[in-house]
Amino acid sequence: MSGVVETHELTMRFGGVTAVNAVNFSLRERELRCLIGPNGAGKSTFFKCLTGQYPMHHENGRILIRGTDVTGWNTHEIVRLGIGIKTQVPSIMDGLTVQENLWLSARRIHGWAGAGGAVEEVAAELRLGDILRRAVGELSHGQRQMVEIGVVLVQNPWLVLLDEPAAGMTGNEVERLIGVIRRINQNASVIVVDHDMEFVRMLGSRVTVFHQGSILVEGSAERVLDDPTVREVYIGNRAR
Amino acid sequence: MDYAGVVGLEVLYMIAFLALTSAGLAIVFGMMRVINLAHGEFVMLGGYTTIACYNAGIDIYFAMLVVAPLVVGIIGLIVERTIIRFLYGRMIDTMLATWGLSLLLIGLVTLIFGNTAVSVPAPISGYQLGEYQMGGYNLFIILVACALFVAMWGVLRFTRAGLIARGAMQGAEVVSSLGYDPRKVYMITFTAGAALSGLAGGVLAPLTGLLPSAGGAYIAKAFITVITGGAAVISGTLSSAVIFGTVDQFVSFATDPVVGEIAMLALAIILLRLMPRGITGRFFRDGT
Amino acid sequence: MIAWQSVGRMRWGWFLVAAAILALLPLAADTHTPTVLLIWALFALSLGMMWGYAGLLSFGHSAYFGLGAYTYAVAVINIGESTLPLLLAVLVPAIVAGVIGAMMFYGRISDVYMGVITLVVTLILFKFMSATAGDAYVIGAARLGGFNGIPGFQTLNVPGYPDISLFGLPTYYVCAAALLLCYLVCRWILARSFGRVLVGIRENEERCELMGYNVPAYKTAIFAVAAAMAGLAGCLFANWAEIVTPRLFSLGQAAEVLIWVIVGGLGTLIGPILGAIALGYVKILLGEQTVIDNSLILGALLIVVVLGIPRGVVPALQRVWAYGSRRSRRRQAQPGTARRTLGPSPGEQR
Repeated sequence: MSGVVETHELTMRFGGVTAVNAVNFSLRERELRCLIGPNGAGKSTFFKCLTGQYPMHHENGRILIRGTDVTGWNTHEIVRLGIGIKTQVPSIMDGLTVQENLWLSARRIHGWAGAGGAVEEVAAELRLGDILRRAVGELSHGQRQMVEIGVVLVQNPWLVLLDEPAAGMTGNEVERLIGVIRRINQNASVIVVDHDMEFVRMLGSRVTVFHQGSILVEGSAERVLDDPTVREVYIGNRAR
Repeated sequence: MDYAGVVGLEVLYMIAFLALTSAGLAIVFGMMRVINLAHGEFVMLGGYTTIACYNAGIDIYFAMLVVAPLVVGIIGLIVERTIIRFLYGRMIDTMLATWGLSLLLIGLVTLIFGNTAVSVPAPISGYQLGEYQMGGYNLFIILVACALFVAMWGVLRFTRAGLIARGAMQGAEVVSSLGYDPRKVYMITFTAGAALSGLAGGVLAPLTGLLPSAGGAYIAKAFITVITGGAAVISGTLSSAVIFGTVDQFVSFATDPVVGEIAMLALAIILLRLMPRGITGRFFRDGT
Repeated sequence: MIAWQSVGRMRWGWFLVAAAILALLPLAADTHTPTVLLIWALFALSLGMMWGYAGLLSFGHSAYFGLGAYTYAVAVINIGESTLPLLLAVLVPAIVAGVIGAMMFYGRISDVYMGVITLVVTLILFKFMSATAGDAYVIGAARLGGFNGIPGFQTLNVPGYPDISLFGLPTYYVCAAALLLCYLVCRWILARSFGRVLVGIRENEERCELMGYNVPAYKTAIFAVAAAMAGLAGCLFANWAEIVTPRLFSLGQAAEVLIWVIVGGLGTLIGPILGAIALGYVKILLGEQTVIDNSLILGALLIVVVLGIPRGVVPALQRVWAYGSRRSRRRQAQPGTARRTLGPSPGEQR
């Protein structure tokens, strides 16, 4: 059982609320998986556990990435394994230009000499060439999301974790994003967290549905999104 | 047995001292997230007001309990209107500006009152506890501190103003949704905090000779008491006052006052490191 | 043009002019006051580097200034020759800062709490040193002297020749050299990856972490470097004043250096230097009269700067300069993207 990502009985509690409840999750190499679920289902908390943004102790369960136990690791240690992370709220350096953001990320992997080339490649792929010299703080939300994805990609990660990547993007940008995600998936495993069912349907991958801290159902996008239980979970939550 | 009584009273006094001198800062920090580094100077001004009034013939209790808070409150109002209100949300800038304010106030007071210590006699004389001679005035201070905190708790829990205040601790939107202008609320809060600082200064005036630089002695301890206490005004300030007061006095009795103070400061660092949001950030969530 | 280059760009022209001015100054003026101004400038540079480029605000940077001074005094009294004490005066503050920094940064405390902790550290040192009067408080042959401090130790000597010690003009040149050298070191750090990462940390710490950088390690490192420079300044101050007192650790000293940096300008290296020189000079002038208290001026100044020009004087001047030169170049229009200086904007110091 050598998955890229495996969790064993992953649990996270805040005060009296169990946000993630003994979740056993696994992802195979080069798989593209979407995690969906209504607000409060625990998918974002699960994501943050994977990315080392919550302190973990042994009662929280275990997380294995390519066989390495990363439970309790710091974020930067996890990233250094070769993992790219895009957070829910765009976390990018507003005061610097797009070029500078990309360069800083690229430099860690490619060194001073190689960073420039890597930046150009990513900028070309994501069509960021026009805005390279613009300060990130001045860009639209969708553009900032794209820059953040660029910052992630320029490190050539073999596992990419994206939390709500399409938020705030225009229709065109979303289409481009889907193409980008599929291209990333050719070389890397990808986990996308989102609650927009339409976006997930367009991606057409395997889907894991979260509900009240546990995995409700898993399967292909087609099957899961038409599953009445899943719809009820979404509609039921909206009606509340 | 008498010795235990003495130590106990000294600890109580220290707690009361910390609580009293921190109250004003705590209100302003808890409700507005403003760290007023000129707080020590507000306390000092309360002291000077009291002394000036006493020298002018006004009854000392009236001076320290009424005039001092009033005068310093007005000064606080002026400060809020001219400086603080432009810096809301900018915590570090506020700290810097109020640090400048503290220097300014020290300079002004030195200009007006000069650099020699002024003092006023304690209106309550000492008493005997077994073999020990105790300062009676300390009891008064403990009393005032208790009364103050009870009053604060009462206001926060039972009055409309208290409700608005607790709303303000959650955020400006809560105040707006209650139908009140957050800016006015902040203005009143800052003024109230200043008035409390003035009260503390007035009450503490008879204890030592007052110098323009006296504020420095108050600000450091008040600062760490409030920050370590966390955002909850009453429980935060009281819990850290209790912890620090006890540690300071016990260590002082065991060794000497300087070591006691240093122990208190070192403890502050440890506590802040372990509980980065303060004691009440970790334990008490309801805001009071 | 990559904006990075304005961070690391070394303006050799100006540097050489400044070096020349410093070299020739003794021909025109007495060096006693300029020496201490240069020392203060170095002190301010150390804080300005850390605060302006890494976003780390220490409310108690005076702690390392004082540690440098005291370390030198104690060491030179015990050793008799000044080379090792000078080295220790730089290393001891750096090590102490390394320990305290690691404790703070690996504990992920916020910047407000960093302000508090650094303030408390300098306060502890102040209280401790003030209370060390009496014969019980000695380190080797050096009595700590409590509030009165340690007077009468020998000043820096030519390495290897303990009898040839420096005061007056040679001390001035040593201080000038130290300042110029440290400025170059700062520029060098900023031009390296290390400096780029620091700016990244200042801009968005979380994202820097997500890029895989070990943020606490970087912060601790720059904190220690800044402390080392402050320690050097402290050591030189001890040589100039020929006495070290607890006042070096005081809140007043901590406030002064902060004011110098913020008035001079956050986000530049020259800003803090000029701020320290200008305000230090004002302080000395004011010290000679008693009508207007020094605190009053400094306090009013700090308030005005925070309210009016939060980035400090030098960046404001730079903006005026840039605006002016942009207007005159408007004929050769380049698609204009706003030229951003790499200083933090008001409020981002949080």
